[in-house]
Amino acid sequence: MRRFVALAASAVAVALAAPALAQDVFITNARVVIGDGGEPIEGGSVLVRGGRVVAAGSGVAAPAGVPSMDAGGRWVTPGLFATLTSLGLADVDAVGESNDVRAGGAPFSASLDASLAINPTSQNILVHRAAGITRAATTTLPSGSIFGGQGAIIDLDGDANAVTLPRAFQLVDLSEGGGRIAGGSRVAAQVLLRGALREAQALSGRSGIPATTEIIKGDKVMLGRFDAEALVPVVTGRQKLYVMAERAADIRSVLALKAEFPRLDLVLVGASEGWLVAAEIAAAKVPVIANGLDDLPETFQKLASTQSNIGRMKAAGVTVAINAEAAQNPRRLSQTAGNLVALTKVPGAAGLSWGEAFAAISSVPASISGLAGRAGVLAPGAVGDVVIWGGDPLEVGSAPAKVFISGVEQSLESHQSGLRQRYRDLDESARPKAFDW
Amino acid sequence: MTTNFARGLGLAMAGAWALAACTTTSSDSGGAQAGAASTKAAALAAKGPRDDPFASTYAPYPNIATAIRGATIYDGKGGKIENGVVFMSGGKIVSVGGPDTPIPADIAVFDGTGKFVTPGIIDIHSHLGNYPTPGVDAHSDGNEATSPTTPDVWAEHSVWPQDPGFTRALANGGITALQILPGSANLMGGRSVTLKNVPARTVQQMKFPGAPYGFKMACGENPKRVYGGRGRMPSTRMGNFAVNRQTWLDAIDYANNEKARRDLAKETLVGVLRGEILVHNHCYRADEMALVMDMAKEMGYKVTAFHHAVEAYKIGDLLRENDVCSAIWADWYGFKMEAYDGIMENAAYLAREGACVVIHSDDANDIQRLNQEAAKAQAAGRRMGINIPDATVIGWITHNPAKAMGIGDVTGSLEVGKMADVVLWNGNPLSVYSRPEKVWIDGALMFDAMNPKTRPVSDFELGQPGAGDVK
Repeated sequence: MRRFVALAASAVAVALAAPALAQDVFITNARVVIGDGGEPIEGGSVLVRGGRVVAAGSGVAAPAGVPSMDAGGRWVTPGLFATLTSLGLADVDAVGESNDVRAGGAPFSASLDASLAINPTSQNILVHRAAGITRAATTTLPSGSIFGGQGAIIDLDGDANAVTLPRAFQLVDLSEGGGRIAGGSRVAAQVLLRGALREAQALSGRSGIPATTEIIKGDKVMLGRFDAEALVPVVTGRQKLYVMAERAADIRSVLALKAEFPRLDLVLVGASEGWLVAAEIAAAKVPVIANGLDDLPETFQKLASTQSNIGRMKAAGVTVAINAEAAQNPRRLSQTAGNLVALTKVPGAAGLSWGEAFAAISSVPASISGLAGRAGVLAPGAVGDVVIWGGDPLEVGSAPAKVFISGVEQSLESHQSGLRQRYRDLDESARPKAFDW
Repeated sequence: MTTNFARGLGLAMAGAWALAACTTTSSDSGGAQAGAASTKAAALAAKGPRDDPFASTYAPYPNIATAIRGATIYDGKGGKIENGVVFMSGGKIVSVGGPDTPIPADIAVFDGTGKFVTPGIIDIHSHLGNYPTPGVDAHSDGNEATSPTTPDVWAEHSVWPQDPGFTRALANGGITALQILPGSANLMGGRSVTLKNVPARTVQQMKFPGAPYGFKMACGENPKRVYGGRGRMPSTRMGNFAVNRQTWLDAIDYANNEKARRDLAKETLVGVLRGEILVHNHCYRADEMALVMDMAKEMGYKVTAFHHAVEAYKIGDLLRENDVCSAIWADWYGFKMEAYDGIMENAAYLAREGACVVIHSDDANDIQRLNQEAAKAQAAGRRMGINIPDATVIGWITHNPAKAMGIGDVTGSLEVGKMADVVLWNGNPLSVYSRPEKVWIDGALMFDAMNPKTRPVSDFELGQPGAGDVK
């Protein structure tokens, strides 16, 4: 166990290594947001050297030999950290041949490993980078079985090494959807999960893959031998288990798993009715990646959903990140966070302070993802992911002016920026638009 | 063809009126069960196609004369008044003006200092009620996906007034009117219905009085996928057009044939050809929109608005020349092939060309934040040097959709004599930090964030977790 932790830590260190092109940069005259939940710091500075944050805040001494950049009083923040997403796993959602998010036709589930198929230059990555998202949890989703596979933490710099942390978590669906997949009942999903974890327990400590494990439903393999092996790090607590659950009762049953499988490192995903069981979630110290603005009974498992869900859970002491998956697209993370700030002015509602809301899309998701203090925050030693914004980053009218990932300034160009430039006018008097690029 | 059609139309109309007259004489004879031989003809006569068989029973709720003073007012038509006054009485806007606007004594006055007033927000594209929450299969009533052309279906027959989504749209989005459309599985999806966003027991109680019907059409991927997937026409974009054109030709024949038997589908199409029913055409790609506009000219109808028009920015000039609105999202892109070229500058580029912009939702969540969507679209333009005033942008979600829904003369702007559909925001509605504080519909206070009892709760939610909670 200890040996594995050491290995895992070194793997992170390798993945977080600064790219050769990392610049040293000293950003001054900025409204600095550390990302740790605190409020902005006026007149602050941020120093990045060798791809990492050296210092941020007020009173940072100007280092010799580092070019400085005057932010002109603008907002400077850590890059946003989006969890969960499928960034890099699909070009166009509805174009099946471009979409690797669901592998329902495969005889594999828990063993799926998203890190093996990330396209670092996917347009979705470029578009979201331009929106200030610098790192993301990306994952396949449950389809053939309740297990979605192993998600990865990636950066959005578009280079050959997209993966910051491979196999960062396993995803399982114990919500209404998981019940449908498991054969038409939540009860079946619970049995399947327990059966799978017991198979993994039996395997833990042994090397190699089991010879016989297989659970089949119709033409679908709900658990294969590779999947059972993939669950060994889950059942031994070396890999996080992200559990999709919405209804209060489903959340309770997730929390109860710890009694049977004490080493599970649980994270709740969705949790629309989390506020009803907030004290229990807090007591169990299980963090939540919550849908920010759900307020409709979209299904019977979300009857009590309200936009105040996150604010109430936070007030009860729960660690909460905003789920990027719940938004129309992950670049709405900042808008979602801004809406939670707006709730603080609505009588009877529970929202987040500005600093808390920003943390819910930066340091908190980074921390849940296993990168506490190393991403999503402008803390010494953290990756040099820095965004200079045109305005308040949580305001709908704002966009990044500059984005750095590991100290490297990023292009903000994409297919969309190409179209934006081409159609800035409709003048074809000299040539067709196809010549305008 | 046009001339011939016009001549035939007169005959068809004469026939319609004859039917209507017949109906009038029989209106007392009750149900078909009356059935006695002597009254047989009268008892079995349906109402005529123009008799509004599912007529609105909406009536404004009781209201008290109310004024808001000290607020920043966006009037919906591009006007902005600082420290302004809005006075409503009898369900109508009585006056709108600066700080000196007289306010009668003994009426309710709200201090709007630091707050903003807009017309009620209007969503031109919603499926509340016909794809309600909970979104279970039993509630899936938006697409009559059994034939590529179903002009005979009417969205109002699918609307469930207890959809909790109506209440969220009111409380969080300030929505006072909205158009419910059939889905986009079909080339011709059926008639839309325009509603007042008031809680109601029946859809008739929500129907916007006097609003014209809309007609939902769809281009592109959806119809050809749905029907091509079943091995029937259309399976291609050219198939889409062929089916559409033949259907229009058949409708024109029907209109020109005074002996034709009543046909619900054709009645809708003839209503479109007469200009009484407004075409709302789901269409993403610029090239397809251009073809549709030519098809409309060929057949003698007009497209009022393209919905989801993610590539409208490529043909802003054409859309302006054809006087067609584009109802669009701010930032949806890439979820399907025909949305691949979606850009956030769409609205601003249309505005640059002088084309009509409407921001729509098509979504039970986004309808709660149309103001924010409009702000995003505005900001994308600003970054490209296109500065569109806040007051104009508010028109994208008020006056412009009202016009395109055919209700622009009675709502959608704060003008004397119009319906008092009004939102008081607790801050600038183009900021993420602002929310509706109060919403009036025809002068009646239908939502008040300051008072939990002024928060509608649908039948569905009663006695369930979270009923009556702030949402």
